Amino acid sequence: MSEPLLELEDVEARYGPVKALHGVSLSVAEGEIVAVLGANGAGKTTTLRAVSGTVGRSGKIAFAGRSISRRSPESVTRLGIAHVPEGRGTLSALSVRDNLRLGAYVRRDRKAVREDEQRVLAYFPWLDDRRDQQAGTLSGGEQQMLALARALMLRPRLVLLDEPSLGLAPMVVAEMFRIVGELNEREGLTVLVVEQNATLALGASARAYVLEVGRVALSGTSAELRRDESVRRSYLGY
Amino acid sequence: MLLAFDWSQLAQQTVIGLSSGGTWALLALAIVLIYRSTGVVNFAQGEMAMLSTFVAWSLIHHGLSYWAAFFVTVAISFGGGVGLERAVIRPVERAPVLTVVIVTIGLVFVMDGIARWGWSSETRSLPNAFSARPIEIAGVAFSIQDLGNIAVSLGIVALLWLLFRFTKLGLALRASAVNPQESRLLGIRVSWMLALGWGLAAAMGAISGMLTAPALASFDQNLMQPVLLYALAGAVLGGLESPLGAVVGSLLLGVFINLIGTYVDWIGTDLRLPVALAVILGVLLVRPTGLFGGTPVRRV
Amino acid sequence: MRRALGIGLWVAAVAAGLAVYVFLPRLMSDFHSRDLAHAGVLFIAIVGLNMLTGYTGQISLGHGALMAIGGYTTAALVVHEHWRDVWTIPLAGIAGGVVGLLIGIPALRLSGLYLALATFAFAVAMPSLLRKFSGLTGGTQGLRFLESAPFQVTGLKGTVTVFGHSMTQNHFLYYLTWGIGIVGFAVAWLIVRGGFGRAFRALRDSEVAAVSAGVAPAANKTLAFALSGVYAGVAGSLLAIQTEIVNPLSFTVVLSVLIVVGAVVGGLGSLPGLVLGALFVEYLPTLAGHFSTRAGVPDFVYGAAIILVVILLPGGAGGLLRRAARPLTSWLYTRP
Repeated sequence: MSEPLLELEDVEARYGPVKALHGVSLSVAEGEIVAVLGANGAGKTTTLRAVSGTVGRSGKIAFAGRSISRRSPESVTRLGIAHVPEGRGTLSALSVRDNLRLGAYVRRDRKAVREDEQRVLAYFPWLDDRRDQQAGTLSGGEQQMLALARALMLRPRLVLLDEPSLGLAPMVVAEMFRIVGELNEREGLTVLVVEQNATLALGASARAYVLEVGRVALSGTSAELRRDESVRRSYLGY
Repeated sequence: MLLAFDWSQLAQQTVIGLSSGGTWALLALAIVLIYRSTGVVNFAQGEMAMLSTFVAWSLIHHGLSYWAAFFVTVAISFGGGVGLERAVIRPVERAPVLTVVIVTIGLVFVMDGIARWGWSSETRSLPNAFSARPIEIAGVAFSIQDLGNIAVSLGIVALLWLLFRFTKLGLALRASAVNPQESRLLGIRVSWMLALGWGLAAAMGAISGMLTAPALASFDQNLMQPVLLYALAGAVLGGLESPLGAVVGSLLLGVFINLIGTYVDWIGTDLRLPVALAVILGVLLVRPTGLFGGTPVRRV
Repeated sequence: MRRALGIGLWVAAVAAGLAVYVFLPRLMSDFHSRDLAHAGVLFIAIVGLNMLTGYTGQISLGHGALMAIGGYTTAALVVHEHWRDVWTIPLAGIAGGVVGLLIGIPALRLSGLYLALATFAFAVAMPSLLRKFSGLTGGTQGLRFLESAPFQVTGLKGTVTVFGHSMTQNHFLYYLTWGIGIVGFAVAWLIVRGGFGRAFRALRDSEVAAVSAGVAPAANKTLAFALSGVYAGVAGSLLAIQTEIVNPLSFTVVLSVLIVVGAVVGGLGSLPGLVLGALFVEYLPTLAGHFSTRAGVPDFVYGAAIILVVILLPGGAGGLLRRAARPLTSWLYTRP
């Protein structure tokens, strides 16, 4: 088995004096979609933040074999990790086009960037029409798609998706996960997605982890977890 | 009645107003730039510009031509601005607004101290960038210096506009100013963008100083104190959030103050400053976000 | 048992403070008493400003102008109406409070930096305004007590007799100023600990949350402005009494800035460090002058000190004191 693309071992994280992660271990192989589930406050978002470096963390975090546990968010991005934060992270005062362009900010291969712009717009054709529109005026669902498109502009090796369904209508969410699935199949996009909506997440991912109070309580393939009693009762509602 | 009105005087005074307004606009732009990126009004912007002007004077005094000294000073000021941000603002990047305001106030004393230590308080003068000859356009006499000032101010504004609109760096600067957290996730080194903003602001302040000084017979360390107030008034009038507003506001203010000083006797030259202050207060009371600002958004 | 110890320590601290107040002039020269009296003026203004900025979060760069209101009220009463100088203090306070209230109302519409700018503009404009209304204010010359109303000046003959004790004028000014300062400090302490203080702090931390908890923002914020205006008015009055003269240049924007610096250095949102803030602002220029008297150096040192203090001690002196006392306070106040 080749080395996982992303590996976390005993990762702790804190917000000031408050410890949010008490030793989380997980891994993501290249080409996988892995989900992180859990109730509010379980530490799901914090886990992603630990990877991208936007929270104080300790423990082993390795990406493609290299340790990134001390890197700043800017340098983590340069390694090819795109973090789509909770709330989309839209640069609302800038245009859609500017948002997309900034997705490729760290890249120097101008020609390839332009090609990617075309490729990405093919997945989200309606974005092309709204190129010059101020990003803040898009609807929530559109902004989420924009955020994903922007992440793709990095040509990332790993996408961290934080609560993509938050505040969105079911149809929009379904469409989004469909696109993620398509990207995963067609282009081998590796995704670590944090979701409160367990049904959705388990449907879209190959493997999943369930977090409780800052620790991994359960893990396995999504199929297994869907059948698991405690998961069904606590997170799937039946 | 219309024929008796002295149109040429109006034209002349308008141009003079635009010329002062233009120099204020550069400082106002500097203030807005820093306000947008750092979230704070840099009360030391005027003193920084004053120090730059003294540096220019020394360079000229040591033999450089005006324009050589101009560019060298701009470069030094840019570096100084970057250095200042790294040294003094970076430690308080996440501190509350008042803390950073106090730091800029401390900078006022520091800049003043350096200027008074490095140069005596006797008055000195900066040569004119443009010749002092008048030029006739459509039968009305204008000063080349005034027209030159307007040209330089608008030229710098245009350059900045090009930078912000059309370059990757400008894009990153804009993003860092409004969404620093999200920008970090895109790989933008937001901290350095702040420093760059301070460098640009310092450079613009330097130009403002180097245009203000020659217009006066002589200058000393108090040179930029009134200019800071006029620039603040112009920025507030145009809207602290809006670079375009800073420029338009300052130009409008320049023309307004000059015309009102010319045509309303009891204002004359003494009360120009209070008029500017009244503008600040008036705008803040009626429409705080200025002519070009949107409605203020309250974050919960 | 610990609680009693805590109260005991607290009483001891207060007693020590009062002892310092009473006996300090014995230890220093007459001249120093004068400087200390001036520091006391700043202290009073700083305490007032702290209630506004430290507790309700409204930034004011214009409190020097409010001091001017108090100072000129005193001067006008002394020179034009021939009041005895010290009796004008309460009126000066009221005048400051009224103007503070008047400013506080439009201030409700402005937040953060915009309010700072507006008060800054007000402070810069004050000298010009004072010059303009020369009938009342004496214009550029100002009002001079010794020239126009010498008998209204307490201590005209160089000594003052209070409760049977005789002392020099400077000592009297010291006791008067710091006496009022101590009272003002105690009043502020009571306000801050009580319902108003909680309301103020709630507004500072999150106005939306405070409103939803039933705090009336407008009333509380304008009240804070008015209160800080009273303190500034009293401070201005005491300044006038000390210097026996007021003119437009006594109350420039620099004074407003010094008050804010003093409050921040002393520690916003807390009271204990404010004395240190006042002393900092009062004595730093002199200390800076000791480094070198060459032009520019005192300014530079002053500015650098302000920047360093603010960077290294974000909570000001008050924050430092609290941190230093934490081992003691946590031992005192935690259950064994």
